[in-house]
Parts: sequence; structure tokens; C-alpha cells
Amino acid sequence: MELSSREYAVGAADDFMLQIGRVVNAGEVELAIFRTSDGAFYAVENHSPHPKGGPLAEGIVSGYYLYDPLHDWKIDLRTGEVQAPDRGQATVHPVTVDGGVVKVSLPEAVARL
Amino acid sequence: MTAEREKLVLIGNGMAGVGTIEQILKLGGAYDITVFGSEPHPNYNRIMLSYVLEGSKTIEDIILNDHQWYEDNHITLHTGTTVIRIDENNRQVVTDTGLSVHYDKAIIATGSNSFILPVPGSTKEGVVGFRDIADCDAMLAAAKQYRTAAVIGGGLLGLEAAKGLVNLGMDVTVVHLLEDLMERQLDRTASSMLQAELARQGVKFAMGKQTAELTGEERVTGLRFSDGSELPAEFVVMAVGIKPNVQLAKDSGITVNRGIVVNDYLQTSMADVYSVGECTEHRGTCYGLVAPLFEQGMVLAKHLSGVPTPGYEGSVVATKLKISGVDVFSAGEFTETAEHTVISAKDEWKRTYKKILLKNNIIVGAVLFGDVTESASLQKLVKQATEMTDEIYGEVMGTGCCGGGGAKKGLSVEAMADEEIVCGCNGVTKKAIVDAVTENGFTTVDEIKACTGATRSCGGCKPVVEQILQFVLGDSFQQSAKQGICSCTPLSRDEIVAEITAKGLRTTKEVMHVLDWKQPEGCSKCRPAVNYYLGIIYPETHEDEKESRFVNERMSANIQKDGTYTVVPRMYGGVTTPEDLKRIADVSLKYDVKVVKVTGGQRLDLIGVKKEDVPKVWEELDMPSGYAYAKSLRTVKTCVGSQFCRFGTQDSMEMGAQLERKYERLDMPAKFKMAVNGCPRNCAESCTKDIGIVGNDGGWEVFIGGNGGIKPRIADAFCKVRTDEELVEVCSAVMQYYRETGNYLERTSEWVERMGLEHIQSVILGSDDNRKELAARIDFALAQVSDPWKKMLDDNSTRTALFEQTRV
Repeated sequence: MELSSREYAVGAADDFMLQIGRVVNAGEVELAIFRTSDGAFYAVENHSPHPKGGPLAEGIVSGYYLYDPLHDWKIDLRTGEVQAPDRGQATVHPVTVDGGVVKVSLPEAVARL
Repeated sequence: MTAEREKLVLIGNGMAGVGTIEQILKLGGAYDITVFGSEPHPNYNRIMLSYVLEGSKTIEDIILNDHQWYEDNHITLHTGTTVIRIDENNRQVVTDTGLSVHYDKAIIATGSNSFILPVPGSTKEGVVGFRDIADCDAMLAAAKQYRTAAVIGGGLLGLEAAKGLVNLGMDVTVVHLLEDLMERQLDRTASSMLQAELARQGVKFAMGKQTAELTGEERVTGLRFSDGSELPAEFVVMAVGIKPNVQLAKDSGITVNRGIVVNDYLQTSMADVYSVGECTEHRGTCYGLVAPLFEQGMVLAKHLSGVPTPGYEGSVVATKLKISGVDVFSAGEFTETAEHTVISAKDEWKRTYKKILLKNNIIVGAVLFGDVTESASLQKLVKQATEMTDEIYGEVMGTGCCGGGGAKKGLSVEAMADEEIVCGCNGVTKKAIVDAVTENGFTTVDEIKACTGATRSCGGCKPVVEQILQFVLGDSFQQSAKQGICSCTPLSRDEIVAEITAKGLRTTKEVMHVLDWKQPEGCSKCRPAVNYYLGIIYPETHEDEKESRFVNERMSANIQKDGTYTVVPRMYGGVTTPEDLKRIADVSLKYDVKVVKVTGGQRLDLIGVKKEDVPKVWEELDMPSGYAYAKSLRTVKTCVGSQFCRFGTQDSMEMGAQLERKYERLDMPAKFKMAVNGCPRNCAESCTKDIGIVGNDGGWEVFIGGNGGIKPRIADAFCKVRTDEELVEVCSAVMQYYRETGNYLERTSEWVERMGLEHIQSVILGSDDNRKELAARIDFALAQVSDPWKKMLDDNSTRTALFEQTRV
């Protein structure tokens, strides 16, 4: 079964500071958007996979990794995977930059939630 | 030439069996392995189910080995498949799905089932055991639908189940046959303290009650006891014990008593068939706890891998109740008889109890309630049948209450046997930890955790892991103080600072690049540290890197667990005005602040400000930042002093405010607190501050290195001065010396101990020139700082990027 998805323009590339997350609500989903030092963009749902939850947008970004601001879990921005010794998965969504506009594509089911 | 590998079949995909397989893999045992499990899940940590019920862990969290693990180790796994017979003649195991698999060696690790009381009504709907994920799910579901529950059984499992259901909002009564809870692990005193504590937490009790019948039609509605009384309950958990799961062994003609009978090498009566865990009976004992099954598994794994090993001789069982806030421990013998010598201490105020039983001066058992920090040591002492000495007595019985602050010296881990389980949750032995350290050169608990899994679960074994680490590293533990500031670099703080100065490095990026960091952009530990060191070295030119700041410092407010923030305005010396209070009240009302709280340092917390409101709150407060989030001067606590107090000899309010104004905003290695007192009554508690100042008739006394936090320390007397000017100069010099030599995140309490009080005194008091130079350097640095709230309000793009939430 093909899942349809919907694209959200979340802002101009220049609105995002390097290595500092920014919160964007797209549809019903709260996203944390990150711009790594090489200029690439990543979108993670703004909810830590740690059992106690909390936001992710305020974490420290190093390379392609994000350090959870409340629990210091190390999360791969590309896959959402939590790095050992902790375990878990943050939800990530694909991002494209098109003519200076940052776009996140969310599955239709998630966007409506 | 490659020999055909022998086939090993494991029946039962639980902790005992899979633990054994893990050991076999580590020992390099050459088998083709097949595992059968009746449950649909991969292997999970059954002892952690209580945490799942409590809600502090999810089922995902307690999976020990996922499908990938079986794949990676070339193990064939059949879940949802039950083995029904072992055919000795054809050397095959036969399953309910019609599969027959050949074995050269087979292990039965079928565990146990909840024992369901054979009373009328026990098969009604709404009656469950507490044994597996399905039971746990049933309990979670019941709590959503029903209100009253009864837990039959006041043992370990029953109490954990009861507390779990209370946490889920149910009205829970524990029904127990005897008058004492956990009577198989605790003596009467500990048992009654436990009952009182649980009652305080909302668990009800029906003691001395024998359940005769479960009432209701289809679904259970209550319990009827043998004395005729009744208890309504819409949900019943049976936790009266476990029954070794021996059906398969019985049907296959293997000798079974209460459990599957095995010898010291875990061999059953059938050739080449072994048994471990809760389904086995060894020397007449069936174990229902975790440590024995790992110990059995270890012996079996060695035996099957051809590694010489002494046989299994039984386990000393120790119990720890897994309920948050209720600490109970027992090991070995706990019921006193005439043969025993008893050492005990009961403290009704602290609600703690400690008892150690000796037989002919040998430690044979112990019970702890309320404070179980000594549990690991005691378990070892009991296990090794150690003779009591004055030294051990001093170490375990301590000197009473809070013990004077210093870390208690642990009992030597040197004598601990290699095979002893250190981490009961994950079955990690002392040897596994020692090997991890010696083979991989690990120097931290985190590295050991990542490699072996020790401390991963409940964390109770962390102190022992630390002791082992220290023991193994010995002198090199000291040398390895030269270990890097984090895992990104082998360089120490001093080396990094020296390199920065020598090579003229200017940004964290440059530092990490030139000094060959393992992660090119560092991590959450080294980035803030390097940013700090650069700021100290280049106070005038270093551009602070927001992206290397921890969230609180980046936002200039404290993040709370729900993602809202706490804003704390400055109140110099803890003094405010009616006008300021009015403004704080107005802003709090306007932005719907959840709680206004007085902090420990005499300021006001405005808790629960929404992220996007934070800049507006600052703007409308129009007060300087209180830096309650920063690694810098937090507050200067003061007493009333000579302005109003009849005992006051010095104007502490004025001096406190003056010091706070002078030193605010400057970066320090860690948070920094001060206090100024007008007289030696010390109402502002100088003894627990980084710098504590006490006024007397002729001047001031200065104390340094105090801490009231995680590692309490009473401040050391540093010097006495006569004038206010001298006081400020000494404070400046101490703070600057700390700024220049402190490790990032190192509090002054640790700094003073590392540098030595006398050394600091000689640097600052021994040379007037030194002191004046230090004071001049801090003044220069202070000239560069400005209020972050003002700065942020003037910087539109940064403020928007940090605080604004866009909707699309």
C-alpha cells in the first residue's frame, strides 16, 4: 500500500542558525528542525524517545548527532536512532531545500493524526 | 578441515537459557544453536516487569536480546513454539507445530509459572498471575476499566504488583496468609516497617486471611476468606509463588521432584540434557530469583564449552524489592535463634533498620530497610562467610546519621570471586567487568556499561562497578586522571588549555580540528568546556558560541521537564522592593506563570513560562537576569545584618548586594554561590557556599569550598581581613584563580580538595602582587560582560530563531 505524504514549507533556509534547533508546527505535528554545520537540514518530531519525554529542539548538535537537552541521550539526526548505551528511536521526516525554502514531507496519516 | 559443529537446542527463551547461550558465545563454544520459546516475544528481562507496571519502563526497554541479536549470532529462533517432548532414542526435540530437531546437547530452561491457588472461582475472568508480559498487559488494561483490586500474596512479587496497581490509580488490598509481609526474606521488625511504609503509599492490607473462594459469576467480584469475611475486588492478582514448569521433562521421562532434578553440572537424568533456571531443582532447592540462574548458567556454559570449572554449589539468595522509594534488602539467614549473635540498629525517625546475624562470629545473614547502600557489601560478606572484624563493623554499621560528608570507603572488592554477579539485572560478573577494563582500556563506568550492560538497568550496582574499576586500575587509576575531558579526546583540561595558548587556537572548531578530536564537532561534554576555556584565555575577543551552550545558558532561563521555562530576576543580596514585587506579580499574572517560588538562594522563581513568552516576560519585568541557570555567580545570600539585627556587627545586606553587583554575569567553571553574614551566628549559612563570609567586630572571615549540594562539604576557613576593600580583593583573587585553574563543571568543593587549601592560600595570601594581578584580571574580564536579556531583546534574528514557534 502506498502511503501518501504532504509537504510543508517550514521557512527560508536563512532563518535557521547553524547547529541551533528551531520548533515548527506542521499540521498537527511539532517538529524540531536542525541545520548541521555542513548546511544540511534535518527534521525530528520534537519529542524525546526517553521514557520521560521532553523537547529535543534545544539540544546540542555535533556533526549529525543531537544531544537530548534534558537527558543527554545521543540521537542520530539522519535516522532518529538513539546511540548506545541508551536505546530508542526518535521519529524523523525527510527534508528538502528547494530554491532556498526548507520543506518537510510528512506522511498524510501523521499530518492529520 | 572444518568439523561439523554440534547441535545445541535450548528449550525456553527466557533469561536463564539465553543467559547461558550468551556465556557460551563469549567462551567460544562451537555449537549450531536453535532456541524454542513459547512466548511470541524475543528474550526479555522478567525481573523488570515491575518497572513496566510502575510505568518507568516500557516493554521495549526490557527486551534483552532483539531479533537482530539472534541473527547476528547465527541462532535459529522459533518463537510461539512449544516443545512437547524430548525423544532420547532419536536425540530429537519435538514441538507442538510438528517440528523435530536433532540435538547433540539440549538445555531445558522452561522457567516457572505463577502458582494459581486451587480455590473455587480461581478460573474466573479477571484473575491473573504476575509472571509475564501478558499478565502485565492484563493489569494495565484492568486499571483503566476497574477500580478495586486484590493481590493475594504479601511476598516480593505481590507487593510489587500491588504498588504498580496503586500507581495506576486502583484501590488495592494485599491479602496475606500470615501476619508478616515477605516473611521468607524479612524479620518481624523489617516486615512491620515495610507494611507501614506501603500503607503510607496507599496500599491496604488484609493480614492473616486465607482465601477460601473467589466470588462472582463469569467475572470475579470479590474474595471470601476462611473466617467468613469478604473483600470486594473487580480484579485479582495471584502472587502466591511460582511453580517450576516441568511438564516437558516429566513427559520425556526425566526425573522430576518439585523441579527438574540436576547435579552440580546441571545435568538431568537424561544423557546430554541439561536444565537451568527456575524449572530446576538443585540439592533440593528451586530458586525463584535472578542471581542463582546466572550462576547456574555460568557453570553450564563453561561445562558445555569445555572450560574447566568447579560445579555449582547453590546460591546465597538476596532480595531487593523493586518499588520506588521503598528500599528493602535481605540476604542469607534473618531469623534469630539462640545460636546467632545479632547486631542491629533501628531508627524510627529516619525509618531505617539494619540487622546483621553472626554465627560463631561469621556473618551469615543481613536485613536492611530504608537505606540499602550497604546491600552489595553485605551480600558479599554473607556469601563468603566472612568473619566479623572491628574494621568491617565500622564500615557497615557506620557512625550513625549522615556520616560526615565524605564518600564512604567501600569494602574491598579484591576478595570478590571472579564469577560473582555484580549486576543482577543483566547477569554481569566481576570477571566480565575486570576483562572489559583490562582488554579495552576502559576507565569509566559508562564505557563498562556500554560494553557489558552492567548498571544499565536499576543502577544499584554502580558503586561496586566503580570500586572494581578503581581496584583494577590501581595506580593507573591515578595516572588516568590524565584521561581526556570526554571520550572525544585523550587530552586533559590542562593539556587542552596549554595547546590553545601555545598554538593560538581561537574557536572550538579549530581546537577540535587541530587537536585531532575523535568526533570532529565534539559532544555535549567537551563543546561547552572548550567554549569556556577559550573565554577565559581570550576574555576580550572570544565570541561566545551559543551552539556550544547548554540549553539553559543559551536561552538564559531554566528548562523544565515539560519544556516550559523558569525565569528568575536578580535580587541583589536577596533584597527587593514593593515596586519590583508588584511588577513581578503583574507579569506573572499576565503570562500565566504556574508557580512563584522562593529559591534556596533568596530569589523568586517564576516557573512554567512558555518558551515563546520568555522574551516578553524579560522585557516587561525589565530586571537583570538572575543567572539561575548559569555556570557563574548565582546568588549572594545574606542575613539582616547590622542594619536591623540586634546581633549584627557588619552590614551584610549591603556587602552582599555589592559583591553580587560586582561579580554577576561572569563565566565560571561551575555554578558559584556566596553568602554574607553580619555575625558569627551565620544565619545565611556561609559554611555551604563557594565563598562564605562572616562578619565580626573587627572585620570579616572568609571561608571557601563549601557545598550543600550533591556532595556536601563544609567550607574551609581561608583567611581574616579587616577592611571591606581587602575582602573584595580576596574574593576577586579566589574567584579568578578558580576560573583560571578549575576544570569545567568542577565545583570549588572539588577544586579546593584537588589543589589543596594551603596551595591556594599561598598563591593568594602569600604574595600581594599575585593577589592584585588576579584581581586585576577578573576586573578586566568583568568589563566585557553585559546582561543577556537586554542583549537578546536587541537582537531580533537570534531571538526569533531561538524562541519563536512557527506554524505552517
